[in-house]
Amino acid sequence: MLQTNLTHILTASGHQKLIEENENVMICCGRMGPMCIPVYGIMEDLEPEYPHVKFADMEFDNPESHPIRNAPECKGFMGIPFTVYYRNGKLVKATSSIQSMPQVKSILDAQFDKKQQ
Amino acid sequence: MPEIFDIIIIGGGPAGLTAGIYASRARMKTLILNEGTVGGQLVLTHEIANYPGVESTSGFQLGNIMKKQALAFGCKIKSNIQVTAFEYSANPKMVEINGNEQFFGRSVILAPGGEPRMIHVPGEAEFKGRGVSYCATCDGDFFTGKDIVVVGGGNSALEEAVSLTKYARNVAIVHQFDQFQAFPYAVEEAKANPRIKFYMESQVRNIFGDDSVKQVEIEHLPTGDKTMLAVDGIFIFIGYVAKTQGFEKCVHLNDRGEIIVGTEMQTNVPGVFAAGDSIAKRYRQVTTAVADGTIAALSAIEYLRTN
Repeated sequence: MLQTNLTHILTASGHQKLIEENENVMICCGRMGPMCIPVYGIMEDLEPEYPHVKFADMEFDNPESHPIRNAPECKGFMGIPFTVYYRNGKLVKATSSIQSMPQVKSILDAQFDKKQQ
Repeated sequence: MPEIFDIIIIGGGPAGLTAGIYASRARMKTLILNEGTVGGQLVLTHEIANYPGVESTSGFQLGNIMKKQALAFGCKIKSNIQVTAFEYSANPKMVEINGNEQFFGRSVILAPGGEPRMIHVPGEAEFKGRGVSYCATCDGDFFTGKDIVVVGGGNSALEEAVSLTKYARNVAIVHQFDQFQAFPYAVEEAKANPRIKFYMESQVRNIFGDDSVKQVEIEHLPTGDKTMLAVDGIFIFIGYVAKTQGFEKCVHLNDRGEIIVGTEMQTNVPGVFAAGDSIAKRYRQVTTAVADGTIAALSAIEYLRTN
């Protein structure tokens, strides 16, 4: 299990349940590595600011993470973490490798409208 | 009236956290403002086996313990912020974050650390995570059976190139000089590896691809000849650069952008100290950052006692 304070997804069915039960979801799929840890930290810091978004992580090396690793939107990705954003169960944005706070916020603001909550 | 801190520390790596531990334990009202995740470059290190008193740990774990220590002594920490303005010559000194929040401190310790140096060529930013990588341990397995380029000539570049041959079919090392800066053992190990080729006195000029990297253009510097290499990835290990952009407006920097400090970690501005990888010094280790942070905190405390 990843050493973060985020919701941990452990199975493919858990992943499916999470994106079905939450309108807006951001999942970081990675390892406890230098490109991933900063993204988990950003997500932890943003949780209070984005209560309408469910933040979660999943271990990249867990075979159950295949819905993320094999998503068509992640084709060509060759750097962890794979960070995916779902709206109403549909994958709407995916990024590869480390991201900054402004990059993550710009995606959250573009994809998830607070007014609709 | 805004809250005034005794010491504001810019940076939450080992230097900044150590300064935070010492300052807050001395009952200084202390605030750490950190642009990234707390721990800084410490979290880039998978295993630390030469930190005295600790047999072996990960950088993430060591950084987390330092953070807990600082918080336990009452230090406040704000991470993932952006410093958007500052005024260090005034009293109290001002730091603005995210363009809308100002903090004031009677003294400041600058410990912003460093960041991986980029090669700044077309395609580098576009293909980050799609073939351009700065971490062999993280991304090496994506390149199993593939051809890659490694840029650099120091210990990291050569050691990581050898490590990447566990996955990659062929590794081309591109280095701008005619000799390596790495230790002889690292050079010998790389040269003995049949999967590694060398492009000396050469630089990458362009990175091309579609969904991911497909080609890299290399220029041989003495002749200007350009070669296209069909590769799937490019790993860049050309060292680190001090994160001091904008600091030249307030403190003296050397020609490499590093903060010039005295033996007490004092800068040219009274009440402003600096520590860690962003200062002008030769050796950059967790242990030296921790030592710098200690000295900077004690010097700041002394400054506040006498001013």
